[in-house]
Amino acid sequence: MRRRVIFRGKVLPYLLLAPQIAVTLVFFFWPAAQAVRQSLLREDPFGLRSEFVGLENFRAVLADPLYLNAVRNTAVFAAAVAGIALGAALFLAVQADKRIRGAGVYKTLLIWPYAVAPAVAAVLWLFLFHPSIGLIGRALNAAGMAWDYKLDGAQAMLLVIVAAAWKQVSYNFIFFLAGLQSIPASVLEAAAMDGARPAYRFWTVVFPLLSPTTFFLLVVNLTYAFFDTFGVIHALTGGGPGKATETLIYKVYVDGVQNLNFGGSAAQSVILMAIVIALTAVQFRSIERRVHY
Amino acid sequence: MRALAEDGAGEAAAQAGRRRRAALWAHGWLALGVLVFALPIWITLVGSTHDAGTIGRGEVPLLPGSHAVENYATAWAEGGGRFRTTAAAAMLWNSALMALLIAAGKIAISLLSAYAVVFFSFPGRMAFFWMIFVTLMLPVEVRIIPTFQVMVDLSLINTMAGLVVPLVASATATLLFRQFFLTIPDEYVEAAKMDGAGPLRFFRDVVVPLSVTNIAALFVILFIYGWNQYLWPLLVVNDRSLETIVVGLSKMIGTGDAQNEWNTIMATAVLAMLPPVAVVVLMQRWFVRGLTETEK
Amino acid sequence: MRRRFLAAALGLAAALPAAQPRAQQAQQAPVGIQFWHGLAQPLGGLLEGIVADFNRSQPRYRVVPSFRGSYPETMVAAIAAFRASTAPHVVQMFEVGTGTMMAAGRAVKPVHELLRETGVEIDFGDYLAPVRSYYATSDGRQMAMPFNSSTAVVFYSKDAFRRAGLDPERFPETWPEVAEAARRLKAAGVGCPMSTAWPTWIQIEQFSAIHDVPLATQANGFNGLNAELRINNPVQVRHVRNLADWQREGLFRYGGRDAAGDALFPSGECAILFASSGLRARVVREARFDWGVAMLPYYPDVAGAPINSIIGGAAFWAMNRGPNQGRSAEEWRAVAEFFRYLARPEVAARWHTETGFLPVTRTAYEQVRASGYYERNPGADIPIRQLLRGGGQTTENSRGIRLGGFVEIRNIIQEEMEKAFQGQQDAQQAMDNAVARGNQVLRAFERQNRGG
Repeated sequence: MRRRVIFRGKVLPYLLLAPQIAVTLVFFFWPAAQAVRQSLLREDPFGLRSEFVGLENFRAVLADPLYLNAVRNTAVFAAAVAGIALGAALFLAVQADKRIRGAGVYKTLLIWPYAVAPAVAAVLWLFLFHPSIGLIGRALNAAGMAWDYKLDGAQAMLLVIVAAAWKQVSYNFIFFLAGLQSIPASVLEAAAMDGARPAYRFWTVVFPLLSPTTFFLLVVNLTYAFFDTFGVIHALTGGGPGKATETLIYKVYVDGVQNLNFGGSAAQSVILMAIVIALTAVQFRSIERRVHY
Repeated sequence: MRALAEDGAGEAAAQAGRRRRAALWAHGWLALGVLVFALPIWITLVGSTHDAGTIGRGEVPLLPGSHAVENYATAWAEGGGRFRTTAAAAMLWNSALMALLIAAGKIAISLLSAYAVVFFSFPGRMAFFWMIFVTLMLPVEVRIIPTFQVMVDLSLINTMAGLVVPLVASATATLLFRQFFLTIPDEYVEAAKMDGAGPLRFFRDVVVPLSVTNIAALFVILFIYGWNQYLWPLLVVNDRSLETIVVGLSKMIGTGDAQNEWNTIMATAVLAMLPPVAVVVLMQRWFVRGLTETEK
Repeated sequence: MRRRFLAAALGLAAALPAAQPRAQQAQQAPVGIQFWHGLAQPLGGLLEGIVADFNRSQPRYRVVPSFRGSYPETMVAAIAAFRASTAPHVVQMFEVGTGTMMAAGRAVKPVHELLRETGVEIDFGDYLAPVRSYYATSDGRQMAMPFNSSTAVVFYSKDAFRRAGLDPERFPETWPEVAEAARRLKAAGVGCPMSTAWPTWIQIEQFSAIHDVPLATQANGFNGLNAELRINNPVQVRHVRNLADWQREGLFRYGGRDAAGDALFPSGECAILFASSGLRARVVREARFDWGVAMLPYYPDVAGAPINSIIGGAAFWAMNRGPNQGRSAEEWRAVAEFFRYLARPEVAARWHTETGFLPVTRTAYEQVRASGYYERNPGADIPIRQLLRGGGQTTENSRGIRLGGFVEIRNIIQEEMEKAFQGQQDAQQAMDNAVARGNQVLRAFERQNRGG
């Protein structure tokens, strides 16, 4: 859709665009270029010596078994977070969509965790699962299960997944509920007339109608799990024990900030940027539709 | 005849019963969901009203204690003891300032740029649009070290500007406003031109007032986005006077030592949650609208 | 609280003039020195107390302390600040960062240079050898100012020992005896017989020094950047294997990385804890039971063992402002005077008795001993006696550790130990992996700093 009537102006549109473009240039394009430059250099932590090393940093990253480990962790983490958050939200949304009394109250009570910062959500779950001060952590230990997420990699992964998924349920819930409520009542009634069982009805009629929402949410949840969960991991496990909860983003941080390996960290940034841009391209059509309708 | 009517009545009754049972189940599940959501909060709230010893010994209390006032007073005015984080009052102020500036900044620059892209025709229009659009998918987390280096070059480390400005650029808000502006009928623009109104007056008198709802909705989302920032503040600020509450809270925990002053930490956690949760609950209508509109 | 607020306010006030050329102001206002440290409470407060005393002791210089998070966080912050040309004058850097700082070229102002240029004198001959040499070049030039030095010791609960029928006044000297004691403790119902803080520092680094086995080639890195790890030696592997076995047996509990294990002792959870001598202040304050301090155990069949343990803790480094910015003579003078103040016997002695860190100079040690402190506080001299064990003459293996990227290497070792404790690999694999991964870090560091 294109506007037919427009204003004229030679300088004004550029002035209007200037702040946005300036910020974008300085904080997106310049760092992106810096990332590429730094990924080709080897530098000491103090920034006193640097040396061009070609693609060596990339080779080192890709040959590093720990990078593969981070890829695996990221995949497990993202799939589990998205799966749990979507499943739980869909289930709750279906319940809230039934015409029951107090649906509005439930809605309010279910959406507020969205506002809780991932790092704060992590802290809340720590209060529950800490082996010596947490309610559930102590109960597990008392029941004879050796619960200590600081020692057991699988337990640590489980805990960061739960803490990360928890707050994303709210977000998905809002969208699923909106999606469910936009399904015309006549469609549901027609399906009910057929006499099909409710569960069957849901999977054959309702769920397909929700699929655009589900697909969109899947993308959002994966993006969330990739990028926005740094705080959860940092506050809960610091990537440990071992490297059991080190995701790709976390590794960029550990190598760049803690280990002061700027070249390696920048190489990882470049790889991530390439992946993200590729994903954007793949997603392009759905985005384009959203942008242009 | 009678038998048939009775059958019908029986079926209706059975159906009503089924419906009631279904509703009961729904209530049950929803209540369980609410409970799972509320449990960590409840534990935290309760914990923030006990003394450090009770929590440190692992006596997890389920009912509020009597130390609420001093715990919150300590958290508010002094902050976390061992790791000497800043007082919550100062951190809340930093977080609020950062979140407000980010929200306001994003809205302001996005309104302007969307206006330019929609209501003007000029060379390079699409090029600029795509430049903004590309950034849609590139969160700051991906490029922390180079962005940090840029901040160093600009001497913005340990400043409020350094916290805010890099987060102000984002394509989402621009896209939202662009989409909305496209729905403003051409007749409005024609009428304005007829009246001799220039583009800036049209912006001020027509476009902004029409966008108020969108701005409010977006503001809620962006405020929460800003408040919840973690990695960036962690990197850019190491001066404790600029600490935000989300980062400060996780610093208070340190290595997760059982002897921490958990009561103060829990009180700080409650304080860290309160503002964004209040915004969501009080502005629920805007918030839900903002979410579903921004993303669709 | 007021003091902290004041300190913060002072920090702000001092940061402002620091940003401008201050040649003219030098005459009237005191010279401000930024000092970043990484000590949480209660140690941080005690350190800032010493700084405040220095400020009161003379009118010309004012040191402004500021807590920057844990040691690793402080290190990262100082390096980032240097790159941004806002480095502090003095930064407290933990001993693990020594290799990195030594190789930092003009980022650092070596102490020997600082003293020569300012004409301030500090008698490093009075410093304990293991303390002094950790922060000196291999030919003896002092690079950093030693301050809070600790070593690892054993804290044990005498109450638990009594309950298990063990002699509370005599902690076993060798590892086999310790394991036996742990078995008795377990049989007496102690849930966690022993644990350790700082797994790498205590169970690998201290362990190597005491048993006089090399941690790395090139005299643990003192003689060059081309050092390679050697911790997959039979002595070390046996110890890690024992720890893992003891864990399965329920005698040993892994307490987490770095200082995370500290809490297990004062809370009474674990009966024996291997920890930094600097934990003493906290144990005194928090432990609600009868406790004792002992020297680290050893394996009696290792020839030459035990000799001295090595130090941990931190030293103070003087830093330039940024890659292209130095400091005025007056600023260096202030730093040197601050260092000289820290070297005073009464300052070192007070820090020692208040915190449990070592008395870093012989004079301070004598002073404390003469005061009868060790009679009143049995066990308080264990750390220093252990540090001088074996005659006080350090060997190549017990002088200290000088490896670049050592922060990362320590984490690598911890990670591999964690995997061994989880049963994912055996002790030999753990140490082999740690050596392989650690050597990669060493090579990367060597390349970064070659031909500086």
